[in-house]
Amino acid sequence: MEDQTLQLFVQQLVNGIQLGSVYALIAIGYTMVYGVLKFINFAHGDVYMIGAYMGMFVVLGFHPANIDQDALVVVLAMVLMVGLIVSLRGNLRNPRAVGLRLAGFGLAFVLLKTLCSAFVLVGEKLFGGLTSVAQTSVLVGGAVSVMVSVGWCAALGVIIERTAYKPIRGTGRLTALITAIGVSLLLENGGQAVFGARTQAYSIASLPGGQELVGATLNLNVLGLAISVNRGQVIVLVSAIVLVTLLMYIVRRTRMGKAMRAVAYDREAAALMGINTNTVISFTFLIGSAMAGAGGFLNYGLTQFSFDTNTGIMFGLKAFVAAVLGGIGNLGGAVLGGVIMGVAETFIAGSPFSSFKDAIAFVILIAILLFRPAGLLGKYTVEKV
Amino acid sequence: MHNRRLHTASWLAGLLGLIVLSGCNSAPQSGGTGGGGTGDTILVGSYLSESGSEADFGKSTHEGIDIAIEVINKAGGINGKNIELRAENTESDPAKAANAVTKLITNDKVVAVIGEVASGLSLAAAPICQSNKVPMVSPSSTNIKVTQQGDYIFRVCFIDPFQAYVVAKFARENLKKTTAAIFVDNASPYSKDFGSEFKKNFEQMGGKIVSEAAYAAADTDFKGQLTKIKTANPDVLLVPGYYKNVGSIGKQARELGITAPLLGGDGWDSQDLFVTAEDALEGSYFSNHMAVDDPAPAVKSFVDAYRAKYGADKTPGALTALGYDAMMIVAEAMKRVKVIDGPSLRDELAKTSGYKGVTGTITMNSDRNADKSAVMLQIKGRKFVYMATVAPN
Repeated sequence: MEDQTLQLFVQQLVNGIQLGSVYALIAIGYTMVYGVLKFINFAHGDVYMIGAYMGMFVVLGFHPANIDQDALVVVLAMVLMVGLIVSLRGNLRNPRAVGLRLAGFGLAFVLLKTLCSAFVLVGEKLFGGLTSVAQTSVLVGGAVSVMVSVGWCAALGVIIERTAYKPIRGTGRLTALITAIGVSLLLENGGQAVFGARTQAYSIASLPGGQELVGATLNLNVLGLAISVNRGQVIVLVSAIVLVTLLMYIVRRTRMGKAMRAVAYDREAAALMGINTNTVISFTFLIGSAMAGAGGFLNYGLTQFSFDTNTGIMFGLKAFVAAVLGGIGNLGGAVLGGVIMGVAETFIAGSPFSSFKDAIAFVILIAILLFRPAGLLGKYTVEKV
Repeated sequence: MHNRRLHTASWLAGLLGLIVLSGCNSAPQSGGTGGGGTGDTILVGSYLSESGSEADFGKSTHEGIDIAIEVINKAGGINGKNIELRAENTESDPAKAANAVTKLITNDKVVAVIGEVASGLSLAAAPICQSNKVPMVSPSSTNIKVTQQGDYIFRVCFIDPFQAYVVAKFARENLKKTTAAIFVDNASPYSKDFGSEFKKNFEQMGGKIVSEAAYAAADTDFKGQLTKIKTANPDVLLVPGYYKNVGSIGKQARELGITAPLLGGDGWDSQDLFVTAEDALEGSYFSNHMAVDDPAPAVKSFVDAYRAKYGADKTPGALTALGYDAMMIVAEAMKRVKVIDGPSLRDELAKTSGYKGVTGTITMNSDRNADKSAVMLQIKGRKFVYMATVAPN
């Protein structure tokens, strides 16, 4: 009996750490951006969702029939409109600037439908090529999927930062926060309009050799206890550890990492010292979004878990709580917080109180805010007045 | 000075917004059927989840309603008048379901409302139909509370207690299983009540429930709960949820080494089940409203009509059949009234008796629920195979 309880405990611990490693990957993005900008990027969870879709397009192929092109046109038209308004702000007294912008955006509106069709066609060709490459073996497929998810999400992170957050930098934190919520809603609802609301699932297990690599269940013997884990999830955990180590190296040992730490410490002073703060901020978004994209692909593409365009909401919220729990702005804290969240959630799920599984995240958040507002590894700082 | 500049900017933004919005609005209008209730048509409303977590259900039901309207109008309509459908999307959201029905009744002035699939959404909209005295026929909400909302609320499907009874009986008598675990979606009235009714019936029949757990519809990782269920080692695992979660649960249960067959209800009925489950649910069972391979003539002609419209390689699900039956029953009642208004249509709907529908012979009982039989299906090679018909007791 005791053996069985212990076995259950270890099995749940393994389940929890696996889930926690994904929370940790997302939490890193929250914490890095907060560290540098003192700003919570609520669209971060949705970047994770996009990562899952990109991996799917590589593994299953990208079919234009599955993309609602009219919806794509409407979504992009709205984005362009907002862009036009933002770019006109501050230029209204200069007729030449207004004329140029109106002409430019007008042309873009006119060409939008053609551009979208071309985009979808290129997407089909590109992903068609990638899919046929991925079909050669599961290792190639996995590598290509990771690269596409990471690359696309990194680019998306920078695009979001440059177009949505940079123009309003310096207008106050509340503006930035609300803009982030707006970007989040755009990605969720725009994504639903374009990709459809259907629940999706895929796995690189469907590629040649995939069944052995990620599909099979691994039965381990840990200290005489029989533990079963999905091979895919072991790879998720290992990849998460590798990615986090890589990130730690970048932040602690490279010039760019040093610049990031300097900007986090004091942005104005860093700028005076000759650091290009705009580049550093974009790089922060790039790294954070790349991690989220990797998390999105790893958690879905290796496990056949189901996802849709709203998947990023709950994962984002829980990862955010994980970042706060560990001490927002602190990388090690984000990883620790993610693992604690994953383990706590799994143990509640396996208890008679399984219906309170999601509530635990927010109970933890409240407890942390009450007893240790700076988080487990966070430092208390005196607010300068 | 600065203020005026901002003023101009916002004015310009508003103008642009108008231009783009009018551009967006004009598209669906020109693509639509055109013309409202012109006196030659009878407007019927539907509110269904055509996007969101239960999108497949809403779309399937919509197809069934469309086929029924085509059949009715082709045969001369309702005393010479054609039926026209006004469809609203609830996006699987109760608040939107309530808004959609209010719009259908007050704006479009429909004479009857068909919907929803999910019980939670039907419960949100039923009080609105009741207070406006517009009959509502739910094609497939099986929760018992739905028709208890008032005497204008009907359904053409059986109710959860019956479905849970069928599954419990099948597990005890056909499969001869003695222990079961129950895993329900805690936020869904359908799933929760199915679980508790199953427990009551299964225990009455001499079975034992060895483990109970809950999940939330947005979950993707069910390993925590399943690990606990595995240690209880049940003969069968009841998962009365919707296809999206059931697929993942089945897949992860097998990965953790749970070999017991899974049992479920009509929420499983979608080919999308296999997107997540793949082959994990092979050999599992669920109760449903109809089987496509049922030899009854009403089923065959419906399947033929469906394939003629949507393609020979397509197969209608039970929800499409229920949407079809719901529309047909409303049309039959309309044919029997002199002036189509809410109260008289309600009275005729309540008199529906012995109607030979695709999903069985439908008779409205005094609780406005359909008295009819259920079928048990087994999953074999990603297909649903007919096993048994269980009649109401």
